[in-house]
Amino acid sequence: MVVDRDLVRHLSESSVSVELQTEEMTLNIGPQHPSTHGVLRLVARVDGERAFDVQPVIGYMHRGYEKLSEVRTYPQITTLINRIDWVAGYANEIPFVVAAEKLLGLEVPERAQYIRLILTEMARISSHLIFMASYPLELGAATPLFFALRERERVLDLLEGVTGGRFHPNFNRIGGVKPAYGSGSSTRKVIQDLPAGFLAETREAMDRVLEAVEELELLVADNEIILARTKGIGVLPVDVAASYGVSGPNLRASGVPFDLRKVEDYLPYHLFDFEIPTGENGDCWDRWYVRLLEIRQSVRIIQQAIDGIPSGPLQAKVPKIIKVPKGETYVRAENPKGEMGYYLVSNGNQGPYRLKIRSASFSNISILPWILEGVLVPDIIAIMGSLDFVLGDVDR
Amino acid sequence: MSTFISDLFANFWVSLAGKVLLVALMIPLVGMVIGYAEMKLSAKMQARVGPYFAGGRWGWAQLIADGVKFFQKEDLIPEEADRPVFKIAPVLVLISTVALLVVIPFGPGIIFRDLSVGIFYALAISSLSTVGILIAGWSSGNKYSLMGGLRAAGQLIAYELPLVLAVVGSVMMAGTMSMGGIVEAQIEAGYPYVIIQFIGFGIFMIAALAELSRIPFDMPIAESELVMGYLTEYSGFRFLFFFLAEFANMFSLSAIAATLFLGGYWLPGIPEDVLAYAGPVILLAKTFLLVFAMIWFRWTFPRFREDQLQSLAWKWLIPLALANIIITGALKVYL
Repeated sequence: MVVDRDLVRHLSESSVSVELQTEEMTLNIGPQHPSTHGVLRLVARVDGERAFDVQPVIGYMHRGYEKLSEVRTYPQITTLINRIDWVAGYANEIPFVVAAEKLLGLEVPERAQYIRLILTEMARISSHLIFMASYPLELGAATPLFFALRERERVLDLLEGVTGGRFHPNFNRIGGVKPAYGSGSSTRKVIQDLPAGFLAETREAMDRVLEAVEELELLVADNEIILARTKGIGVLPVDVAASYGVSGPNLRASGVPFDLRKVEDYLPYHLFDFEIPTGENGDCWDRWYVRLLEIRQSVRIIQQAIDGIPSGPLQAKVPKIIKVPKGETYVRAENPKGEMGYYLVSNGNQGPYRLKIRSASFSNISILPWILEGVLVPDIIAIMGSLDFVLGDVDR
Repeated sequence: MSTFISDLFANFWVSLAGKVLLVALMIPLVGMVIGYAEMKLSAKMQARVGPYFAGGRWGWAQLIADGVKFFQKEDLIPEEADRPVFKIAPVLVLISTVALLVVIPFGPGIIFRDLSVGIFYALAISSLSTVGILIAGWSSGNKYSLMGGLRAAGQLIAYELPLVLAVVGSVMMAGTMSMGGIVEAQIEAGYPYVIIQFIGFGIFMIAALAELSRIPFDMPIAESELVMGYLTEYSGFRFLFFFLAEFANMFSLSAIAATLFLGGYWLPGIPEDVLAYAGPVILLAKTFLLVFAMIWFRWTFPRFREDQLQSLAWKWLIPLALANIIITGALKVYL
């Protein structure tokens, strides 16, 4: 039998040189997707389950608030800015009104400052609770959602009782807070500051929040699968976090005890005793757990504030038409999502000349291409969810 | 009259038609009962009420309303889809669950067909549903569906082995693969096999959850990642088929587990003549106990990651199942 040696060699070589080819696939996650928290779009180039390049595409929710502010008067702007981060609408208003007050040189009455502080912390609790609720859902556990949302509802009810709005309170006025119209006939409104029984109910609600946090910790922190899914996933080192401008609980989870409530004086936080919880590894688990600890600290602050709330007026003396004197200032505050700042430029008119909004989520998600490089598709969701952003806060 | 009926059912074709009708009726019935149980139980676990208004009380008609709604929907097939394959997939999934019911003994002699290789047949036919899921994902023309389908295939390979190996222990103890025979062997032994085969039972239940792709192993669907996985493009009655198949499959796999490990239709201390009537009730009670556990897991656990599932299967379940076989063999020889 004649054997074609060349053919044999060719065949043997070709059989070893054949390799399995895997095809690259571009996966479009969003803008309509169950876990992108709104209209974030991620263009992920994946090889099977592994994503080697993820680019976020933002702007689907751009509402032009910075530009719009230039043609609005100061009291009108609070309506816009509490729609930036709508899960903590109240907290957004604070830095802006404080900036305007700073330019005006107003001294805000102490009671108004306390009310602002209590409501800001309540907004923080409701924002963190919604994160506590939605994050396990992203990992597939549906039940913690209901436990957290139930308590959040209690907090929102109280917020609504004071401000009239669950999400968009629009409660702050330049120079103080809005006096609420309470009971009384429609012809003769009785002006009161806080609804009757608000402080007692808040105290009770805070106890319930602590219980719910306890319950959530049992439900989530003792779950092996959640720990396996989150520990060591999406580790964010301090230097990278700092260079991308990551702030808030995401930064603290990486181990930096940096909290603007301790540094700045936009609200009288220095009067209260609270700690800054930090994480150790900066992974998804730490980001979840730090927020849980922060809820406890917020409850502590609120309890102290309720004990020490002074009586007095709610409003400083402000002219009917507010004209902010010429000048510029930057006020930043510790929002639930991170550092929120307003750079306010006034040239003496009824509205700002320019308002630059520094929102926390925008900087926080700028980390996405870095942190999502080379992770698995399920981890994209786990990491993205752990950053706790709101698209309104990203696009403004 | 009665002789007429028994004569009629002696006819092969008539009895076959009767059995087919019975199995075909069981699927939607079981699907509805389990679907309703899932809705109500999950509501209970999540401090909700669940279905309430449909049917006047307790929302008992919710599943019927849902079923009717699914039939009213437009039959949508995506343009990019591979049409014939897309249409076959849900049928394939449902058929495999129907076929599974055939070998489950509901009482002494109450079995659609007591195959001598009953459990072998059941495991083989149940993996057919994963093929249906794979081709559903493949044919949808959607990247999420594709990933879901491929995840299902990966899951099948990882979990078919522990599932089969977990069953081997019971088969060895009974000395037969016939489902009826295994129950009779347990009656003869006087105890359900779970007492010795608890490792096998545990592995079987875990692997069955993976086979069903339910939480904690629902990666093929994974709402938060893959939208709806292989189901993304399905709607209307095709979706209903998958939906029914999932619940019916839960039922059949639980019934198999109950038969193999919990003594099937038998309870200790019940005389044989009562068993003939009480058998189906006992089996249903055991099955629904296991179904309840599955629902419970679903609303308690989050989802594994695909690679974690693989390592769980290959590093833990398969070695454990193999060890279980060795132990069973040793027990069989020395006891």
